Amino acid sequence: MRKVLKYVIYDVLRSKMVIGYTVLLFALCSGLYYLGSGDSKTTVSLLHIVLLVVPLMSIVFGTIHYYNSREFIELLMAQPIRRRRILLGEYLGLSCSLAAALIIGLGVPILMWDINETSLYLLLVGVMLTFIFTALAFLASVRSSDKAKGIGTALLMWFYFSILYDGIVLWILSSFSDYPLEKPVLFLTALNPIDLGRVLVLLKLDTSALMGYTGALYQKFFGSGAGIAYSFVFLIVWMLIPLLWSLKIFSKKDM
Amino acid sequence: MIRIENLEKSFGKLAVLKNVSLSFSAGEVVALIGPNGSGKTTLIKSILGLVIPDAGKISLDGQNVLQGWEYRSQIGYMPQIGRYPEQMKIRQVFEMMKDLRSSTSQLDEELISNFGLENLMEKRMGTLSGGTRQKVSAALAFLFKPKLYILDEPTAGLDPVASEHLKNKILKQKAQRSLTLVTSHNMSEVEELADRIVFLVDGVVKFNLSIAEILNGTGESRLGKALAKRMEGEVYA
Repeated sequence: MRKVLKYVIYDVLRSKMVIGYTVLLFALCSGLYYLGSGDSKTTVSLLHIVLLVVPLMSIVFGTIHYYNSREFIELLMAQPIRRRRILLGEYLGLSCSLAAALIIGLGVPILMWDINETSLYLLLVGVMLTFIFTALAFLASVRSSDKAKGIGTALLMWFYFSILYDGIVLWILSSFSDYPLEKPVLFLTALNPIDLGRVLVLLKLDTSALMGYTGALYQKFFGSGAGIAYSFVFLIVWMLIPLLWSLKIFSKKDM
Repeated sequence: MIRIENLEKSFGKLAVLKNVSLSFSAGEVVALIGPNGSGKTTLIKSILGLVIPDAGKISLDGQNVLQGWEYRSQIGYMPQIGRYPEQMKIRQVFEMMKDLRSSTSQLDEELISNFGLENLMEKRMGTLSGGTRQKVSAALAFLFKPKLYILDEPTAGLDPVASEHLKNKILKQKAQRSLTLVTSHNMSEVEELADRIVFLVDGVVKFNLSIAEILNGTGESRLGKALAKRMEGEVYA
């Protein structure tokens, strides 16, 4: 697997898209720090960018990369290498490269301007979202041999997690507003990795106290060690389930 | 060397291989022929483990290969269309394959020099023509001196000189007791290379005969014509 990993990283790091991604992140973040007031508002803006751009980039680039590597994967499969190791090598190679791009593009500006606990959480959440959405991208790609269908599924997933999910939660909240919803909402958060990431970072900011009763509850829960552990466990589950699922499909897939 | 027993494979509702049983032994060159979509590539890919059969057994030297992976170190595979990471140079592709197969035995670089690939080593795969890629694929298939060569339409994109080199190489390896499975639509090439022909139609082995046997029954001297006669016999009999 280490050998496969090496060649995937070599391949990905040379693609212009990853370099462009790094430069884009770097430009956006330094721009925000340079123009912004440098307080928690800047961090919130950064958070929005990370929550929007990182999942989209990981899932789109992940699917494109998989479909572009299909022939290479086929070449590897005809060699004496285990199938699982091929897919794991592809997955780790891609997600580590994207994570490295994020760490450079986002981490360097943070290091230059505003290094504190919240921004480090932001960086960590970004890295985890990279791993999660690359795994989702691989799941979408191994399920379908049709490139258009795979990319479509991937985009639908992103659309669901980034946009539709919020609508569904709001709809639930307003339809059941007569009932105590704090516990169910805590659970609902766990169903969306982007939401988990958002809550994790927002609660590190002082402004979270302004979020009312639910905010206070969140603060009480997610501010505690157990709450943080809960979020990270769910984020890891969000990474493992699609990854293991795609490994399962891949080990029986016909090329 | 290879035994295939009652192999079945379908893609959705389409049955691609129907109860295929074949065996091949060392020192043979066997041509798999048949119309497009008859299951040749699926059969080859089943042996390689690229396609997982629904039922049946494949064994290599008595060892069941389904779900295995180590056995692939004994196979050199040349795909119909070999595609490689575009950014890699030819040299890097060769180095990568050596690295991935961690081969300790001596390498067979004859085709690299016959194809004149040494002078192209610094070119990137993305800039190569289809034929040059085929040369790289062929050189890779022969590089590790495997016991079994699987060549899927090997000469389809090659120039005549390179084709000759490849054919000579196939015959040379045959003399060294390796087994070669080759698919082709080019009958004169099949006639030149193969000892035996396996003819597949719609996933069924229609016949599995030596070239002499095919010619004998029909009174033709050219394989293409003899096959055409046989096929008509098969279809309309």
